[in-house]
Amino acid sequence: MPRASTRRLVAGRGRYVDDIPAKGEVYAAFLRSPHAHAAFEVVNISAAAAIPGVVRVLTAENIDPVCPPWKCVLRNAPDLQSPEQRPLARRQAVFQGEPIALVVAQSRAIAEDALELIEVEWSERPAAISLEAAAMPDAVPAHENLKSNICWRFEHRSGDPDKAFADAEHVVLRRLVFARKTGVPLEPRGILASYDPSTNGLIVHVSHQMPHQFQLHLAELLGMSPLDVRVICSDIGGAFGIKMHIYPEEVAVCAASRILGRPVKFIADRVESLSSDVHAREHIVEARMAVNTSGMITAIDVDDIQGLGAYSVYPRSSTAEAMSALRAVGGPYRFDNYHALLRSVLQNKVMTGQYRSVGHPVAAAITEALVEDAAAVRGEDSIVFRQRNFLPTEAMPWVSPMGARMIDLSHHACLERMLTLVDYPRLRQEIDTWRQEGRIVGLGLASFVEFTATGAEAYGRAHVPVSSLDGVMLTMEPTGEVRAQCSASEIGQGIQQGLAQIIADAVGVRADKVRVALGDTAASPHGGGAWSSRGAAITGEVAWTAGRKLRNELLNVAAAMLQTTATSLDLRDGRILAADTGAERIAIGDVARTVIFHPYDLPAGTNAQMSVSHTWGRDADPFLPTNGVQASLVEIDPISGLVRPLRHWVVEDCGRIINPLLVDEQIRGGVVQGIGEALYEICRYTEDGQYGSGTLADYLLPMAADMPDIVVAHVETPYSGSQLGAKGAGEAGTCGAPAAVLNAVNDALRPFGGRIDAMPISPVDVLRALGKLPAKAGA
Amino acid sequence: MKPPRFDYLRPQTLAEALELLDRHGGDAAILAGGQSLMPMLNLRVAQPAVLIDINAVPELDRIGRSGDRLSLGGRARHNDVFRSAEVAQAAPLLTVALEHVAHEAIRNRGTLGGSLALADPAAELPACMVCLDAEIVAASVKGERRIPAGAFFQGLYTTTLEPNEILARVDVPAAGTDWRFGFDEVARRRGDFAMAGVAVAVREESKAVAECRISLLGVEMSPRRMEAVEMCLLDAPLGTAANIVAAQSALRDTLEPIEGSEIPPEYRIQIARELLARVIRAMAAPVSGKRTH
Ligand SMILES: Cc1cc2nc3c(=O)[nH]c(=O)nc-3n(C[C@H](O)[C@H](O)[C@H](O)COP(=O)(O)OP(=O)(O)OC[C@H]3O[C@@H](n4cnc5c(N)ncnc54)[C@H](O)[C@@H]3O)c2cc1C
Repeated sequence: MPRASTRRLVAGRGRYVDDIPAKGEVYAAFLRSPHAHAAFEVVNISAAAAIPGVVRVLTAENIDPVCPPWKCVLRNAPDLQSPEQRPLARRQAVFQGEPIALVVAQSRAIAEDALELIEVEWSERPAAISLEAAAMPDAVPAHENLKSNICWRFEHRSGDPDKAFADAEHVVLRRLVFARKTGVPLEPRGILASYDPSTNGLIVHVSHQMPHQFQLHLAELLGMSPLDVRVICSDIGGAFGIKMHIYPEEVAVCAASRILGRPVKFIADRVESLSSDVHAREHIVEARMAVNTSGMITAIDVDDIQGLGAYSVYPRSSTAEAMSALRAVGGPYRFDNYHALLRSVLQNKVMTGQYRSVGHPVAAAITEALVEDAAAVRGEDSIVFRQRNFLPTEAMPWVSPMGARMIDLSHHACLERMLTLVDYPRLRQEIDTWRQEGRIVGLGLASFVEFTATGAEAYGRAHVPVSSLDGVMLTMEPTGEVRAQCSASEIGQGIQQGLAQIIADAVGVRADKVRVALGDTAASPHGGGAWSSRGAAITGEVAWTAGRKLRNELLNVAAAMLQTTATSLDLRDGRILAADTGAERIAIGDVARTVIFHPYDLPAGTNAQMSVSHTWGRDADPFLPTNGVQASLVEIDPISGLVRPLRHWVVEDCGRIINPLLVDEQIRGGVVQGIGEALYEICRYTEDGQYGSGTLADYLLPMAADMPDIVVAHVETPYSGSQLGAKGAGEAGTCGAPAAVLNAVNDALRPFGGRIDAMPISPVDVLRALGKLPAKAGA
Repeated sequence: MKPPRFDYLRPQTLAEALELLDRHGGDAAILAGGQSLMPMLNLRVAQPAVLIDINAVPELDRIGRSGDRLSLGGRARHNDVFRSAEVAQAAPLLTVALEHVAHEAIRNRGTLGGSLALADPAAELPACMVCLDAEIVAASVKGERRIPAGAFFQGLYTTTLEPNEILARVDVPAAGTDWRFGFDEVARRRGDFAMAGVAVAVREESKAVAECRISLLGVEMSPRRMEAVEMCLLDAPLGTAANIVAAQSALRDTLEPIEGSEIPPEYRIQIARELLARVIRAMAAPVSGKRTH
């Protein structure tokens, strides 16, 4: 079923932040540090302030009195050390692009003119850029007076990995390098902050994934009551995780509106987006896998160095990416001994942070590369190796070495389905034929586990105000239609439609009789917004229960009106029916109108509720594991080393599917982002920290013409802990695609004896792996 | 990403445009398709005081053939050149190459003159004009000046065009039936600027190569004739294995590739050599003699 809002969006009637006007609004532009690391002094703003149309030039001097600095603190990780961050940097700039001054003007163009006239004295400092160098004990510090760039160190050991490696029949190892990339939503970050001094109220339109969390942070930073801070997220043109953080620009704009007492708007342009939205990934991982004589995985050992950028991103911490990777390593397999070491490193670069499928693609790439290697040393097909090592259904629930409770997973079934889908023996034969014709072709598989719909534990214990509950309020209109306020966020993924369908089914009306509103803190109950593929699994469950409550109310009133019992009635398609015969008794619109306009016709004390609400959050299972398998068929151009994906397949188990069309498109979009991660996307810095990927000519996105057909199939294993059984589906595509493409490329390269160990896969490296270019000096 | 302030002028005739250009000279920029200039303005890389929009100047987009000469107006849009039957007949190299230029929307606005005046090292049209031995006609208040394409491109984003000149037209020798052309390139994604590309033109007499012109794009700072490579192909049938090997090694010795860490020079050389062989072989193969795609 297509989503109801499609027509509006494709007709160009979407209302994104920049489409929302406020009377008297003025426009902000930021002066940003040209250096990766420097001390500075803003020496003169008068020329900038004198330009006609400039309203005010603001620096840290002006902003600091209305907004204190913040700092990423996780109570359950007390060793994490991240420096203080401010809306505008004060005397020290720690990454290229860090905002240091703000011009507010009658137009963005005037504001940009003024930026050029702000006089700043810079004194450059050595910068910590490359991840390897920044992680060294004697590294250049990323901040003045920083003792070490290691922001956080984490080590985990379960079982006896040392013994398992010592006893192993085979040990395979890989060193994989994952470059920085970013999210690139179609709509960039944007905010319109309107402070009204007469009410001390702040109304904020913002392109953000969690209006409620944003509201709490803003209120705290600006010293206001959340009741006086209204956050509205209207249409959001994509987010992918980059819009779940507290950025200096957004806070500075709110502070500026407070100072000026008038609406201030900031819309990041594409250059600003690419160079100030959180980046993601950036890992150097060394991993080993131990396999015993019967071909069973006995241990995995991972050493991950993760780049954080200049700060651990506020408030959820950049380390979530690596922790999520370490949790998901070895996900589909049963193994008992695990050692993981993480060093999260501060650098003079943009912050990294949560981005679609947080850390999981890294875990999948490592695990599945090791699986291929292990199968190869054993001389067997990796499919056989996988089938032998998968966590079997009958062993679940099973607690993984990192403490994740593995339930309701379907590894064998998904792989079976995949083998049929790709017609495995025939495809392998076809590949052999192509190879004989001189084509360089490869097939790669990747099984994966993704932890979705994060529950209360993850941030609750860290004391980060991330709502684990969601809320849904339903109102019966006198027409028999249902109005809903939900605390999920619509960021383009279509949850608005999903919720409408759930509510419709729960109540017993058609989906087009349900209107779902989201994203306004003044209207919807407090809740978690959009992240971690949580909408269907958490908000959906709440919506179901709320819908059932409303249905019961309607059935009870109807029973009273019809002088029968609620159990003898049914409610379908907006009509109350006799449960046994299916004969129509009364339309719910008539029931609603009776309650609302003629309650005297009802037995005294009926007091039927035409508005119901429900809130709920999971207290069991901190995450809902999901699983699947992806396959990628690629061809390499022997001249250029360019990788062309020919075909991609996904078999995915996200539990109960509510809207197959939406789920499939989430998977496809995710796969495309995963292919981008594998082949194209990279945020480059020069050695001295100059950012080199600030335009879409430099930052290569996957484009439709270069994408393969993506075949999607499903296995449905509902989550056993909820009524609906839905789990997360939004990130699975991204989770497994890079691993599948990497394995496919390495399958294609195998006959040539070469291998690729870095993403995105560079055509230059591919030619080297093909032996057509000499190996890199020093490599 | 908002341009700095500039004055905007929209001349209605070529004479008016040239006069304005003469008056503002180095302070002015000509706006043609805007596909390169607008981003440069928005990034504040270009900060002209005056923008002279030539989109209203009549005749500047004319495409026509007179005798053995194909004339292409400076403001001819990429897509108009691409779809022109006259071009396909008289200069099929352009038709083949234009398929690689950017994307449909950009080709609808982008112009021949803009591409040549900009002289991006990875652009297709400059290399093609060198390969076709075209003449670039620059107009100013003083009259017209004809510059052989081989002498027009001076280096990275640099041409011999004077600040008071408009690239009015390009004259391309119309190819006789004894000419054959080949073109191919490697770009990261479809429509991207090339990491390397090769344009080849060959005239044959009694089944041997009598004339040959080869130029590259994306490899060196600006396009030029690869004479040492061309020599290797002369006086023999096109596409003999020995000649291809000789041409490939001559190419390696001749090239002065663009430096860079992401795409190292040896990579550009390698793909240029392979492309050269691929293009020549495709030209020699009877079925696909004209188009290498
Ligand atoms: C996403 C994208 C991809 C692209 N990919 C390619 C590609 O693969 N290959 C390729 O070749 N190009 C590519 N381009 C560039 C495109 O072809 C440009 O349109 C072209 O290079 C410039 O033409 P224009 O008419 O847009 O010139 P403008 O942008 O208007 O001007 C460019 C420059 O030329 C000057 N100029 C323009 N016309 C004249 C004239 N008649 N006389 C003197 N000076 C003049 C201007 O003053 C300016 O300095 C791409 C562009 C984009 C945006």
